[in-house]
This record gives sequence, C-alpha cells and structure tokens, in this order.
Amino acid sequence: MQYALMFYAEPGEEAELSDAERAAAKAEYEALRDDPRFVSGAQLQPAETATSVRVAGGRTLLTDGPFADTKEVLGGICLIEAANLDDAIELAAAIPVARHGGVVEVRPLVGLR
Amino acid sequence: MLASLAGYLGDLDRAEEAAQEAFAVAAARWPETGVPDNPAAWLVTTARNRAIDRIRRERTLAEKLHLLPAPEAAVDEFDDSPIKDERLELIFTCCHPALALEAQVALTLRALGGLETADIARAFLVSEETMKRRLTRAKAKIKAAGIPFAVPDERLLPDRLDAVLAIIYLIYNEGYSGRVDLGAEAIRLGRVLAALLDGQPEAHGLVALMLIHQARQAARFDGDDLVLLEDQDRSLWDRTLLAAGRAELNRAVELGGGGPYVLQAAIASLQTRERIDWPRVAGLYRRLAELTGSPVVELNRAVALAQAGDPAAALSAVDRLDLDGYLYFHSTRGELLRRLGRDAEAGAAYRRALDLATTTPERRFLTRRLEEL
Repeated sequence: MQYALMFYAEPGEEAELSDAERAAAKAEYEALRDDPRFVSGAQLQPAETATSVRVAGGRTLLTDGPFADTKEVLGGICLIEAANLDDAIELAAAIPVARHGGVVEVRPLVGLR
Repeated sequence: MLASLAGYLGDLDRAEEAAQEAFAVAAARWPETGVPDNPAAWLVTTARNRAIDRIRRERTLAEKLHLLPAPEAAVDEFDDSPIKDERLELIFTCCHPALALEAQVALTLRALGGLETADIARAFLVSEETMKRRLTRAKAKIKAAGIPFAVPDERLLPDRLDAVLAIIYLIYNEGYSGRVDLGAEAIRLGRVLAALLDGQPEAHGLVALMLIHQARQAARFDGDDLVLLEDQDRSLWDRTLLAAGRAELNRAVELGGGGPYVLQAAIASLQTRERIDWPRVAGLYRRLAELTGSPVVELNRAVALAQAGDPAAALSAVDRLDLDGYLYFHSTRGELLRRLGRDAEAGAAYRRALDLATTTPERRFLTRRLEEL
C-alpha cells in the first residue's frame, strides 16, 4: 500500500537543536531516500513563502500564506510503499521531526486500480 | 467464527455479512436435514462460500478473479480439520492504537464479544445510530489505512499487548450496564487472550485482577453505599472466582511477571486473606508506584502503611502528594489525622473532601465520619 507521510512542525523548533543534533537529523532525512519503502519526497520552503490560490466566479484569488493558519506547519512530504499501517508507522516514527516536537501524519493514498 | 472468517476474507464487514447469511441458511435447512456433525465447520464453510460468491459477483475486473482462492469444499462435503483460531489476530486489529479508544472498545465488543450494536450503544449511553456510525467508521479505517490483521511481531508486541489489555480493563470497569454484563464479557475476553498468548504474564495478571475484583462484587455495595474492604461481608465473596483468580496470578508469577497488572492482582489477592499482610501490600504499592509514577498509587501505599501501624509515616507520604482536587486525598488525610488524634485538622480535611463529593453515598459516608470526630 502507498502512504503519504506529512511532516508538521512549529517553525523555529529546529533552531533549538544543537549543531550536532541538526547534522544528525539532516543525515537521517537523507538516509530516508535509501529506505526500500521510499518512493519520493520533498522538503518545503517555510510557510511564509506560501501562496494560497482559489478560484471564485472565474476569478483567481490569491492569499499570502498557507491555507491553514496553525501553529504547526507542513514542512515536508514523503510518499512510501509499505506492507501495512504498522510498517508505515515504523518508518514515520523514525523521522527526526516526530521526536523533535513535531508530528508525522500518515495517510493512505487512494489506490490505483 | 467471525475471527476465522475475518482472517480468511481480510475484511470485517464481509465476515459479518457472511456469518449472518450462513446462520440464515442453517436456520432454513437444519430443521429439515438435521444438524450436521460439525456445525461450526459447516457454518464457517458455508459463510466462506457465500462470501466468495458475493465477492465474485461484485468484482467485475477479470484479473481480480484469479486472485481469489477457490472454495475448498462444496457446502455439503466437510473435512474434520479444525477451524483456524484467528481470534488473536482479530483482537490486535480491533485494539490497534491507530483507532480511537472508543472505537477500539466498540469494535472489540462487536467483533469478539459478538454483542449487538444496540446493546453496545446502550452500555455506553449513546444512540444506536451513533454507535453504528462509530463502528462503520472504524471498519472503514481498518480497510483504507491498511491496519494489519496480524499478531504484532516481537518488537511491537509489548506495546500492542498493553493497548489490548487496557481496552479489556476499560471494558471491565464499565461493569454491568444495560442488558450486558461487560464485567463478565471482559473476563471472558481476557481469558481467551491469556490462553492464546500463554507466556505473557501481564495477560494472566489482568485476568487475575478482574477475577479477584469480580469475586468481591456482591459484597462491595450495601444498597448503593460503597462498603470498604475491611467492612465487607466475606461470606458474600465468590470463592470459585477467587480461587480462579489466584490460579491465574500464580501462573503470571511462574512466568516471571512483575508488571502493573500482576502487581495489582497480587495486592488484590493479599487483601482477600483472612489476615492482611499490610507491610507486603505497601511494598507492592511501592513497586507499582515506581512503574506507573502515579500519585494515586502512592496514596494507596500510604493507606497500606497506616494499616501496617504507621499512620505518621503514612501522613508524611500523603502530604508530599499533589492531589488537591482529589476527594480520596482529603478523605485519606482526614482518616490519618483522626488516627493521630489531630481532630481539628481531620475535620478540615473531611470538610474539604465533602466539598469535592459528587454522589450521595460519598456525601453520606463523609458526613458520618465528620460526626464521629
């Protein structure tokens, strides 16, 4: 089954880590790509760079900032192929953001038939 | 039966549907043909065949067809091979922590306890419609999110077993509610779990704990007044349940158990002895407090210390706790102060407890204590 792992964190949380911790986290993110379950992934620029787009009455309306105004923002996503939810959770729990005060949301993808 | 079908079909909804169909077929056929030699196997095979027929009808994609296992036997031929017991897989699926707690409880009662949705709804004081939605949502998540139908591997097992035990104990503590005796149901589930997972001391510990509590059930209330352990009429205790509980506790101890349920069961067991060994009870509470970090356990340890004859040590343990909003903190302090002859302070503590009391029996009990000072 395919799952999306979405990494949420409070901006600035990473800044509280020591240099060594940050380097270790970076190495772990890079190592994700070598996991056999990894399909694709990306790190996002900070939420201040986001533009929200909607179309109403044929007009394109733009808003500065992310769609949901929450304390925690989406910082990265990763698509994986896992045997089942437990397999996906195991990978999610190994992602540094999950233990540095953030959250990894695990969502199954709609299957292609 | 449901567990076996769910394991075979990998889908709780289909399993339930198929089981219902099989019972309907049996109800129509058995009065004429007589009951088959192995009714359970007959029902499972019939249900499987019906489910496969249904899946075949539903799936139009040709490539899916060859993936389905062919029916192994026609409905009327049977081998005597035992039905594979897949209740353990089912319980770990129902109590998967990715499901909401209330959904885990409901699913476990529905799928493993075989309770009707209406009865579960009544027991948890929600409408049948709400309970139906809760179950449907949970089953949909199991399917869509890929919650496995499997006993977790060794790395995951300790955590997942804790989750299962917590759900069973939660069900136990709901007690008798509506038409269903959830206490008895929880004990039954716990016994199944302990038997299927023999070798897990905490599973036996939980069963022991529930059985020992259950044995004292009839003596715990006088009308709706709670009767304290020391005042309970021991002739009302159920000796059979008590012996069964102690046997489970022994099994847990043989297995090297020393987790929270085993400790609680050991404490409950000691408290049913003719002469209670309070220093030992206090020692077990100390171990339990170390494991759980719970101030309420620490409060119980203090009570045991007082019973062991040292109310001063008990009071100093109690005074270290931060439990100001907790009724039993104040009633315990009141009791200890009374024993130490500090009546004025005891009165203040009882009055504080009275402020926090929410039920009539609690209020009655505390008022009586105040008057006795």
